[in-house]
Amino acid sequence: MSIEVRIPTILRPYTQDQKSVEAEGSTLSAVISDLDAKYTGLGERLLENGALRRFINVYINDEDVRFLGGLEAPIKDGDSITVLPAVAGG
Amino acid sequence: MSLEISRAFVDAIAEQSRAEYPDECCGVILGPVGSGKAVRHKPMLNAAHSPTFYEFDPKDLLALYREVDDNDEEIVVIYHSHTETEAYPSRTDIAYAGEPGAHYVLVSTRKEIAPAIEFRSYRIIDGVVTEEAVSITD
Repeated sequence: MSIEVRIPTILRPYTQDQKSVEAEGSTLSAVISDLDAKYTGLGERLLENGALRRFINVYINDEDVRFLGGLEAPIKDGDSITVLPAVAGG
Repeated sequence: MSLEISRAFVDAIAEQSRAEYPDECCGVILGPVGSGKAVRHKPMLNAAHSPTFYEFDPKDLLALYREVDDNDEEIVVIYHSHTETEAYPSRTDIAYAGEPGAHYVLVSTRKEIAPAIEFRSYRIIDGVVTEEAVSITD
């Protein structure tokens, strides 16, 4: 099943400047693998040592995936994923 | 390259940084998409509540981007304060600068210069910091 993934400006160089792309997968982890297969290098910007990078926020239908099971969060047909880099610093 | 910003916004940000001291304060200024104009000031909660770190709460961050989208706006300025150090991007600031189109404003409220503050602006793109002139308008 195909779901929409919204890509932040800073990652659009990986998606040929598209701000929204389609991907497939029944978990967030599977979706990220699919994205990486379609858009080389994107996976590495989202994951580090097999886990979601601390300062990348991922939301499924406006819910932070940290509260939905992280990489194992289930994805259903019609879901929309949004990726936003954290706004943070020291 | 420069940042044009109203005196009212500079004063509001200075005021916010003093009010939230000893924690770092943070926020954004928005403007119509493509305009580059700093038109709407939106202070944000520093979810880290720290004198050495700031972070927008992930829920606030999403709400901000939705709001910006709904309003056909863009994020023109992202600002935060340095409570004890100079108004220059730290290694952490540079590492996490994820909005390449924004002007990154740093405000310093360090004791040595109080009650004055330092207000400086930068572009941070691909890990490179470029300071820019700040033009304050009435």
